[in-house]
Amino acid sequence: MSFLIPNPRLILPARRLALPSSRSTSPRQLLHGAATASATLSSPPSNTVASGVPSSEILSIRDSLLSRRRTASDIAGEYLDRLHMVEPQIRSFLHVSESAMKEAEEVDRMVAAGRELPLLAGVLVGVKDNICTVDMPSTGGSKILKGYRPAFDATAVRRLREAGAIVVGKTNLDEFGMGSSTEGSGFQVTANPWDLSRVPGGSSGGSAAAVSARQCVVSLGSDTGGSVRQPASFCGVVGMKPTYGRVSRFGLMAYASSLDVIGCFGSSIADVAILLNVISGHDRLDSTSSKRDVPDFANELVSLNNLDSKPLKGLKVGLIRETIGEGVDAGVVSAVQAAASHLEHLGCVLNEISLPSFSLGLPAYYILASSEASSNLSRYDGVRYGNQVGNGELSSIYGHSRANGFGDEVKMRILMGTYALSAGYYDAYYKRAQQVRTLIQKCFRDAMNDNDILISPAAPSAAYKIGEKTNNPLAMYAGDIMTVNVNLAGLPALVVPCGFVDGGPAGLPVGLQIIAAAFCEDTLLRVGHIFEQTLQNCRSVPPLYGAN
Amino acid sequence: MASIFFQGIRSNQLIVYPLAHFSRIQTAVYCTLQRPQGQARPQEVSFQEQRKVQQTSSQTTTRKPLEQNMQGYEAIIGIETHVQLSTVTKAFCSCPYFYGSPPNTAICPVCMGLPGTLPVLNSKVVDFAVKLALALNCELSVTSKFDRKQYFYPDLPKGYQISQFDIPIATKGFIDLDLPVEFGGGHKRFGITRVHMEEDAGKLLHSDNGSYSQVDLNRAGVPLLEIVSEPDMRSGLEAAEYAAELQRLVRYLGVSNGNMQEGSLRCDVNVSIRPRGQLELGTKVEIKNMNSFSAMNRAIDYEISRQFLLHSQGQSDQIVQETRLWEEGYQKTVTMRKKEGLADYRYFPEPDLPEVVVTEDYIENIRSSLPELPELKRRRYEKMGLSMQDVLFLADDISVANFFDSTLENGAEAKLAANWIMGDIAAYLKNEHLSIDEVKLTPQELAELISSIKGGIISGKIGKEILFELIAKGGTVQKIIEEKDLVQIADPGAIEAMVDKILEENPKQLQQYRGGKTKLQGFFAGQVMKESKGKANPTLLNKILSEKLNANS
Repeated sequence: MSFLIPNPRLILPARRLALPSSRSTSPRQLLHGAATASATLSSPPSNTVASGVPSSEILSIRDSLLSRRRTASDIAGEYLDRLHMVEPQIRSFLHVSESAMKEAEEVDRMVAAGRELPLLAGVLVGVKDNICTVDMPSTGGSKILKGYRPAFDATAVRRLREAGAIVVGKTNLDEFGMGSSTEGSGFQVTANPWDLSRVPGGSSGGSAAAVSARQCVVSLGSDTGGSVRQPASFCGVVGMKPTYGRVSRFGLMAYASSLDVIGCFGSSIADVAILLNVISGHDRLDSTSSKRDVPDFANELVSLNNLDSKPLKGLKVGLIRETIGEGVDAGVVSAVQAAASHLEHLGCVLNEISLPSFSLGLPAYYILASSEASSNLSRYDGVRYGNQVGNGELSSIYGHSRANGFGDEVKMRILMGTYALSAGYYDAYYKRAQQVRTLIQKCFRDAMNDNDILISPAAPSAAYKIGEKTNNPLAMYAGDIMTVNVNLAGLPALVVPCGFVDGGPAGLPVGLQIIAAAFCEDTLLRVGHIFEQTLQNCRSVPPLYGAN
Repeated sequence: MASIFFQGIRSNQLIVYPLAHFSRIQTAVYCTLQRPQGQARPQEVSFQEQRKVQQTSSQTTTRKPLEQNMQGYEAIIGIETHVQLSTVTKAFCSCPYFYGSPPNTAICPVCMGLPGTLPVLNSKVVDFAVKLALALNCELSVTSKFDRKQYFYPDLPKGYQISQFDIPIATKGFIDLDLPVEFGGGHKRFGITRVHMEEDAGKLLHSDNGSYSQVDLNRAGVPLLEIVSEPDMRSGLEAAEYAAELQRLVRYLGVSNGNMQEGSLRCDVNVSIRPRGQLELGTKVEIKNMNSFSAMNRAIDYEISRQFLLHSQGQSDQIVQETRLWEEGYQKTVTMRKKEGLADYRYFPEPDLPEVVVTEDYIENIRSSLPELPELKRRRYEKMGLSMQDVLFLADDISVANFFDSTLENGAEAKLAANWIMGDIAAYLKNEHLSIDEVKLTPQELAELISSIKGGIISGKIGKEILFELIAKGGTVQKIIEEKDLVQIADPGAIEAMVDKILEENPKQLQQYRGGKTKLQGFFAGQVMKESKGKANPTLLNKILSEKLNANS
């Protein structure tokens, strides 16, 4: 194996999980030397957090409950303790549920009564704050919606609850999803669990950091231009951006309707697969949601024991040339190249391919997203809900409510979008960007004819310092280069941790982005699962407590 | 969550209504806003201020036929009509809508524009649009789409209206109509530029003193069809008749109640004038706030006169592109707002809704389900030999037309049926403020009544009595005749006996008659008819009476 881990990491001491399959037979040890687990934590280690080969936290919880080894209250208590312990440093939550423990006790009563347990019973899920929850405030990270409580659950949240999940809280984000570092939140800045001086990425930074710091089991994010994938990469967790239309957007506060999609974070592919299964499928409340059948993503994952030496034999992989060139950190490039050769070792046929329209994606994205945003955010006028400021005269209410409620980045995008849609500019901006979008879609279609999956970094760099790019929006926008094209094409993409670069106390994680054809999330998850199960020493939890 | 409060600056008169459709919200309180200063908005406004501003009390001027006064000028009129569709639920959510419901009781998160909500198209809206488009002889767009029309106003919860911009569902149609006989009659065809689907906005309710306003979102999201005409009309009358024909069409089709007072049919009219023969159009002025056809007619004619007057006084530069309101009280139009260039609505394709695709099969299905439309009905009635006056009356209201058609199907003769419907029945309905399908009379019985009279079973007079009984109480002609023993007496012997009796009882009058006062025949006829309780066959009666009166003279 030529695959290199750039630097060693500190990992939590592994307590063996009571999983159906015994870890000792894991072939990972055949591929790489066993991880040297060094306990550096100053606080009591987690019981449920495992290191080494990622395993499904959801299945582990289910197993514990079914075998009555642990109670849901125990598990919830452990997560909540950790959540509260690290929250002062990470600040990933805007609101923490007050009923999580009660809901866990309800699960225990179900267990005691011998009732059938739903799939996500006792699983604590973090939900990005731009996704509506009926029992908690939902602000979209914006002061204009401070204290706003929706009248309904988003469809994805409703499906989670129906599957027994406990919504543990609402995670921080860049205001309405507009940003790439979560510094654009109207309320607080979230830190990266790998290095508290760095950003967790964004806009779903809170959701990514919360899973990374094990404040919750899995979480929901939203991805308009990379808002799930880039923070997944920065925080060293698995992030899935499903095909546009796979998951209902009902209840997701719209940023750019034609690009928005709700995505998932987890600490393993299996967890993400289970979560995606629960939230996917047609919803009559969202006419852009797809009626396509949803495959059983989790069931299609092959058990590690059944893998032969070339489990991905014949799979055609295209490494996008434009994503490993100039402007991309050397450490990121080498991590992705190492991941590519790891895929080759697993039997894939690797090709470097070119997407000629790749560089057009960024400007087209920012025009389209801003245009739609300028319209979608019109409803925040202070008239019916949210914060109202003004002297009572109509234009004053509009002006002051919006001036006070929106942050700078949001205002800038509203202005850009309004400009792009204005008479006389529409053709030059909006229409042209739509043409570019068509071009990009065609480009991806062509590439997908020759390849089963495409790979690239998820971001041109690892997590950067808090404040590093806040005064340079263009530099911040440029960080979305790896991800926006996928949104413009509406394709599904998965980010899976693939290595580390230097930085912080223990190195900074780097994610590999895997892109597939529309509605081929199953391919992504299958490949991602094999990749994570066979990649040595790349899965761990951040050395959060070491920073104390 | 306990409640959502519509925030207000001045929460005067907080009226609270329980919300049945929206369980999470227990109360909804009006949003109150201070009245905007000179705030203009695209759709409509309240007109109280203008009314107050009006100081001059110029009362109704006598109207003269305009054309005669227009010396070399002609008016160009185009009309935009909004028709509110009578679908059970709103255009993009499942709220039912009833005119006149208490404020904010027919609302849900979607039509309130709450964060995270998405529109889902009510397929009935497309059905109705296609129906009307076919009835207007339009070309249908196989694929059309929705767009967002963006502007800020408190009655527009999303900050944009879902509408159709560059690809409407239908284009290039026309409407045929017959002008009323009393205005000279004539057949006209006016072009239809386009028909598109959109949603209505809510309503602002302004406080009496004008210091604050409240928002009622019941109407927000109610489906509308906007019908844009070609500028083919030349007078207020033509414009009013165009609107009346549209109303007739939507009622025939059952897509709207077409009620102007309730705002289910709203017309915005563009008027300009130009010297005859000039190709270039004059500056157009938009008129709003006409809530009847006659108001439309008067408003347009007023506006044409106003513009003509300015032209003839050499002040044509004072005709500016603006929106004027029809003030019913003063019978004149007044400036509502001047337009400074075109408003930029920043239309762009609605990303939350897929394209609307109508297949050939779907269109054909709807086409074959269309009822006979007013124009075809009128031509058919005309061929029956009915006068244009009759034709226009009968075809005006679909329920009347259906009643008439059904009466004919039951064997009645067209002219007779028309006379009954337009005469006694119409008079009764008008008096009682009822529509023809609200009374108990059925077309079968009207046909039966007509044939009973024609067959001599009952007299016309008895027929009338039976008619009112049928209208008020229902039942059958047969039964009423039997029950009340109303069969006409056509036995000459019986009539003769009655005539004899009357002559015998009135010797004085008989003597006078025979003395030359032949007018008294009417008196005797009446007495005999009275004796027969109205049942004597009048022809026979008169014949026998005449013979008897003159026999011994």
